[in-house]
Amino acid sequence: MNRLHAVPTRRTFMQVMAGATALVATPCGAARPDGGAPMVAHAPVFFNADEWRFLNAACARLIPRDALGPDAVTLGVPRFIDLQMDTPYGRGQSWYMHAPFAEGPANLGYQLPYAPRDIYRVGIAGANAWCHNHEGSAFAALLPARQDEVLAMMERGEMTFGNLPAAQFFEQLLSNTMEGAFADPIHGGNAGLRAWTMIGFPGARADFMDWVDQYGMKYPLGTVSISGESA
Amino acid sequence: MDATRCKPVDVVIVGGGWAGSIMAKEMTEAGQKVVMLERGPDRSTAVDGVYPGSIDELEGNFRYRLFQDLSKSTVTIRNNIHQRALPYRRMAAFLPGEGVGGAGLHWSGVHFRMPPDDLVLRSKVIERYGKSFIPEGMNLQDYGVTYEDLEPFFDRAEKVFGTSGEPYRINGEVVGKGNVFSPSRSGPFPLPALKDVYSAHLFRKAATEAGFHPYSMPAANASAQYTNPYGAQMGPCNFCGYCSGYACYMYSKASPNVNILPVLRRDPLFELRTHAHVLRVEMDSTKTRATGVTYIDQQGRTWTQPAELVILSAFQFHNVRLMLLSGIGRPYDPVANEGVVGRNFVYQNVTTSMVWLDKGIETEQFIGTGGGGVAFDDFNSENFDHGPLGFVGGSPVWVNQAGVKAIAAAQAGGPPGTPRWGSAWKRGLVDTYRHSLRIDAHGANMAYRDVFLDLDPTWKDAYGLPLLRMTFDWKDNDIRMNRYVVDRIGDVARAMGARHVQLTKREFGVPFDTRKYQTTHLGGGAVMGTDPTTSALNRYLQVWDVPNVFVIGANAFPQGTGYNPTGMVAALAYWSAHHIRTTYLKNPGPLVSP
Repeated sequence: MNRLHAVPTRRTFMQVMAGATALVATPCGAARPDGGAPMVAHAPVFFNADEWRFLNAACARLIPRDALGPDAVTLGVPRFIDLQMDTPYGRGQSWYMHAPFAEGPANLGYQLPYAPRDIYRVGIAGANAWCHNHEGSAFAALLPARQDEVLAMMERGEMTFGNLPAAQFFEQLLSNTMEGAFADPIHGGNAGLRAWTMIGFPGARADFMDWVDQYGMKYPLGTVSISGESA
Repeated sequence: MDATRCKPVDVVIVGGGWAGSIMAKEMTEAGQKVVMLERGPDRSTAVDGVYPGSIDELEGNFRYRLFQDLSKSTVTIRNNIHQRALPYRRMAAFLPGEGVGGAGLHWSGVHFRMPPDDLVLRSKVIERYGKSFIPEGMNLQDYGVTYEDLEPFFDRAEKVFGTSGEPYRINGEVVGKGNVFSPSRSGPFPLPALKDVYSAHLFRKAATEAGFHPYSMPAANASAQYTNPYGAQMGPCNFCGYCSGYACYMYSKASPNVNILPVLRRDPLFELRTHAHVLRVEMDSTKTRATGVTYIDQQGRTWTQPAELVILSAFQFHNVRLMLLSGIGRPYDPVANEGVVGRNFVYQNVTTSMVWLDKGIETEQFIGTGGGGVAFDDFNSENFDHGPLGFVGGSPVWVNQAGVKAIAAAQAGGPPGTPRWGSAWKRGLVDTYRHSLRIDAHGANMAYRDVFLDLDPTWKDAYGLPLLRMTFDWKDNDIRMNRYVVDRIGDVARAMGARHVQLTKREFGVPFDTRKYQTTHLGGGAVMGTDPTTSALNRYLQVWDVPNVFVIGANAFPQGTGYNPTGMVAALAYWSAHHIRTTYLKNPGPLVSP
C-alpha cells in the first residue's frame, strides 16, 4: 500500500476547500437547529445532503459547545470525516476484508463486510429511518436533548440497522469524531487548533529538551500544526 | 506457479527488522553473500522520519502507516479450542510492523536484558517451591541458555543500540543507582540514563517512600550524541513524544534503519530486496535440509532464491507460520500434547492504572520518550517470594511516559465511569490530560498446553495460503499475578498524594479482547531449549530437524517475560550469529546433537 494515499492529497483538499467557498450558501452552511454557530463551510464529497445533515447534528452532540471549548462542527469534524471516506482507510483497504464473514463473540473483534464508508451509509440511513418511525422526523431535526438520547441508545446497542448493529455505527462515528477533532488540522478538523488549545496539547512543537525537567511548571508555548499554523 | 530461480547465495534472510539486520551484518562480516527479503517497502529516516510530516498522530497511531498491511494477511484468533477462530480484521490488540526496519522502526525503545532467573524459570521455580507449585497445564521451561552465556551479547546489542541507562553492578562491584535486582554487567551502559520526566520523577520519589527500589529504565533513546561500533550516529533525544508508531526524526531512537542498515547498504556482500513476500522455505526430498526460499514480488512474479543457509527473522508469529507452511519441524498438537511448532505461544500481561494529582500540578503528558521512565522490579521475575502468593511470574511496575498525544487522550477521556462524549466527557478529558499520570504493571504471561498457534482451516491470505490461527486466553495464574502487583501500585499512588486513583486489574472470567490495544509483545511458538520434544529450536536457535535453518525472534521465548522483548531478541541474534560464525560455517550441521 502506498502510504501517501492514506492522506487526502493537498490538491484534493484544496479542491474541496475551493468548492466549499462556492457552495457556502447551500443547506450545509445553514444555522444548526439549536441555534449554535454555523457549520464549517464544506461541500461534502462523499455524503449526500441527508447524510451530511445527520453527520453535522450528531458530531455537534458528541462534542458539544460549552464553557471548555467549541463543538465538533465548529472544529470541522464533519469535513474531516467526509475527507477520510476518500482514503484507503475509508474504503476499507487497510482492513482484512476477505470472506467468509462469520458472527462471533464481540471480544473477537469486527467481523462485518462493511468498510467505514459503508458503515456510514448504512448507519445514517438506519438512524434516520428509526427517527422518522419513532420521532416523526430525521435525526437532525430533533431537539439536542433528544438527539443525545438517541445517540445513547445507539451506544448501548438498543437498535439495529439491517445487519449493522447500531453500536458498531456509533463506535465508528465516535472514534472518527475524536480523530477529527484532535488530529492535526491538515486533515480537515481541529480548526484553529482549538481542540489542542482546549487540552493544552502543543501539537507539532515536539521539542522539549529544555522543558523535560521544569517540574510542575506549565509548558509555556502555544500549539502548532504540521502546516505551521499556530494558536 | 513457476518460480524463476535466482543466482544462489550463501545466506537468505527473511525479514528486515532488528533480527534480520543483525544477522545480515554478522554474516557479511563473516564473508557470506547475503540476500535479505523484506515484504514491505524500503524505509529510512530521511524519508519516513522527516519532521514535521512524520509526527502526525492520525497517520502514525490511527492509520498505522508503518504497520502490517492487514488487507493482505492477518491472523485468526479464538479464546479456546472449542471456538471458531475469527480473522483479526482491523488493527487493535497488537500492531506488527512491516517494511524495512520492521517493528524496530516503530518501537518505543525500552531495552532490557532478560532477568537471569527468567532464563531458567522452570529450574528456579522447582528449586524454590517444588515441582507441585507449577499449575496443571502450564508448560514452564528453561531457555537452555544462562545470563552468563548471553552477557557478552546483551552488551554488544546495547553498544549497537546506543542504550542509555544507569548500572547497578559492574563485574560484581556496586557502581551506581541502577536496578538493585539487575545482574552484574561487564561494563557501563553506552550512555547515561535519560532525565526523568515529571511523572517519572514523582513516581521515583513515591516508590522509594513506599519501600521499593526504583531505577531509570534502560532506553535505546539516546541521552547524548553517540556513534556506535558500526560508525552509525545518533543524536540526543529531545523528548518529543513521537516514538511508538513513528520513525524518530531526531535519529535518537535506535532502529535497524539508523544503527545498522546505513552500513549494510554499502556492503557489496549485502543485497536488500523489498516487496518480497516469502511464501515458503524450499526443502530437499529428505525434508532435513532447506534449499532456499520462494517469494512473490510486487508485480506478482514468483522467485526462488537458493541459499546454503536460511535465516527466518520475521516477526514472531510470521516465523512460526512460515515454519508451518514449509513443513519445518513437527506441528504442535495440543490434544496429543506432541509436536513443537506452535507450542508455548505467549503474550504479555499489561494493565495500565491511572493517578490524578492536584489540579495545580501539570503532568505535561505530551513530554516523553518511548524507552525512558522509572521502574521498580520488586515484584518482577523471582525477585520476591512467590511461595505464599501461589503464582508463577511477575511484573515490573513503571511510569513509561512515552508521550500521550491528543487523539489517544481524547479517546481515553476521563476516569472510568465518565461518559465517552458530551460535556461530561470534555471535563473529564481536560482534567485527566493535564493532571494525571499512568503506571503500568508490565507482567509476564506463562505458557499453557492449550494456548498455541496453528494454521486456520478457513481463512487465507492474499496469496491463497492459510492464515495463522491463535488460540489464546488469560489464565488464572496470570490474572492473580497481575492483581497482586497492581495492588502494590496502589501503595505508590497513596505515597504520591493522589487525588484519585484508578487501579486497572485483569478480571477473572473476562476473555482476551482483540479490540483493545494491549501490547505487540507476542512470543513463543517456536521456542528454544534443550529437549527436541518440547522445543523447536536448540539453544543456538537452530531448527532441531533442519540444521541449515535458524529462526531468530521472540518466537524463541519459552514463556513470556515482564520486560519488553527487543533487548533479548537482539542478544539472541548476536548469540546465534556468534555460534554460526565460529562453529557452523566451518562445519555445517547440527550445533547440538538431539
